[in-house]
Amino acid sequence: MALVEETHMEETAFRMSEATAGDFFALLKPRVMSLVVFTAFVGLASAPVAINPFIAMIAILAIAIGAGASGALNMWYDADIDAVMTRTATRPVPSGRVTPGEALSFGLVLSALSVMTLGVLVNWLSASLLAFTIFFYAVIYTMWLKRWTPQNIVIGGAAGAFPPMIGWAAATGSISLESVILFLIIFLWTPPHFWALALFKSDDYQRAGVPMMPNVAGEASTRRQIFAYALVLAPIGVLPWGLGYTTAVYGIVALLLGAGFVWYSWKVLRMGDADRTMKPAKALFGYSLLYLFAIFAVYLGDRLVEHALNLGGV
Amino acid sequence: MGEIEYVALTERQKKARRNRSIAIGLALAALVVIFYVATIAKFGPAILNRPM
Repeated sequence: MALVEETHMEETAFRMSEATAGDFFALLKPRVMSLVVFTAFVGLASAPVAINPFIAMIAILAIAIGAGASGALNMWYDADIDAVMTRTATRPVPSGRVTPGEALSFGLVLSALSVMTLGVLVNWLSASLLAFTIFFYAVIYTMWLKRWTPQNIVIGGAAGAFPPMIGWAAATGSISLESVILFLIIFLWTPPHFWALALFKSDDYQRAGVPMMPNVAGEASTRRQIFAYALVLAPIGVLPWGLGYTTAVYGIVALLLGAGFVWYSWKVLRMGDADRTMKPAKALFGYSLLYLFAIFAVYLGDRLVEHALNLGGV
Repeated sequence: MGEIEYVALTERQKKARRNRSIAIGLALAALVVIFYVATIAKFGPAILNRPM
């Protein structure tokens, strides 16, 4: 008699995987990873320390893999939520292409690998920060905050804000006020960014039982809070210039970008309750992505030009 | 004692397994290159200059 028939195992126990490498890559949340790579690179490249380009590349790669690993752990834990949200229902775990166990193992192995690689080849401060970031995102945010409080992405946003600090720590072996400001920019940017999304996706979050701000405090309160965060974010964006870390070029661009953020948030604040198309919220969501990319790109450009001028003795 | 019967993979499963195997192979090869070059980058060319 066949062994397979004798064991009477559950079908899932004998399920032969049909997951491709692409499915595992999708577990890493490549779009989030691209933002992490960019902000970590800005932190690393803007540091006033020359770092071997190959070691710098490894640092960015390790940070990206670490961020991806925390994404895989998030998808393992959140498969039940993801399955009922239109935005996430096609992810590898809820769609059945990857089993939860596979996602968990993948996330844990990559977490350990990325932290150890960063520690051994770059430095242990950046590795510790990366380990803390993975822990913060997978445990503090995903397992605890996300299903418990509408402040989930306010506190959880710290996980997404750490990459430039890790990049800076990889280059310098230290943490400084400059890297803390880069952290603060992303930290304060996260709530209005996600609440703009939550406004026009509130049905999704309601169905999944995730306590996002519009579902808990109401849309009017969310719109006010978005505006309040925009008012705090705009000056923090200009702070690197205010503290003398950058030239006026960065300062002026950051000021204009911040004014744009406040303007788009103002439009959201003025959005009526009856407006179900939510164009202002969608516009703010789009602008917030542009804002973060632009402010970091200008910061990087500003620092690189200054470093080059200093090297050239100008 | 009966003959051992193995689980027969479908074409789709075989293709997925081959795809995963190639990805794992490439990742391992990349790791080897990364650690090899990083060792030279960190210690400098002097690491190759050892007394015989």
